[in-house]
Amino acid sequence: MSDLVATVIIFIGLLFDLFGCIGLVRLPDIYNRVQASTKCVTLGTCMILIGVLIHAGIGALGIKALVCAVFILFTSPVAAHAVARGAHFFGVRLWEGSVMDKFLEERESQKKDK
Amino acid sequence: MTFLVLALGILLLCTFLCLYRIGAGPTAPDRTVAIDILGTLVVGFCGIYGLYRGKDFYMNIAIAWALLSFIGTMALAKYLEGRSFDE
Repeated sequence: MSDLVATVIIFIGLLFDLFGCIGLVRLPDIYNRVQASTKCVTLGTCMILIGVLIHAGIGALGIKALVCAVFILFTSPVAAHAVARGAHFFGVRLWEGSVMDKFLEERESQKKDK
Repeated sequence: MTFLVLALGILLLCTFLCLYRIGAGPTAPDRTVAIDILGTLVVGFCGIYGLYRGKDFYMNIAIAWALLSFIGTMALAKYLEGRSFDE
């Protein structure tokens, strides 16, 4: 029974990983790619590791998978936010179909204050 | 067990999609995001491979890879932002 549950959870995680990577290839600019690929981490790889925990039980493999899942869950949004902010400072333009850029307006208003 | 081999194959396909983005990405932040996702895929691959082999030391590789991937991505993001590391 727990094998079946673990298989289903690992399969959902694999689907999220595959869709995140397809989004990484198909979407038009860097901000959309960050938005697609962060799902690939938090729902994809964390569900794979939780499935490994359920399949292996409480042992060396399961506890290490749990530790790794918690660490990835905390660090991946931080890294994605830093990369998106760095891309904006690096000067990457938005896709021409994007409708607003609040961060650019805020940066320009801060320049005027100085 | 057949399912685990299939899972490893799907993760390998995802890895090749990430490699395409690393090679073809028009700007440097695209490549940074693709490298970050590649590290995360390797973590999942190590987990499933440890389950397939029944050994637990593959998860040690996964934990070390997650730590190094995070530190490398933060360093690349700070480099893109154009600041030094102590700000």
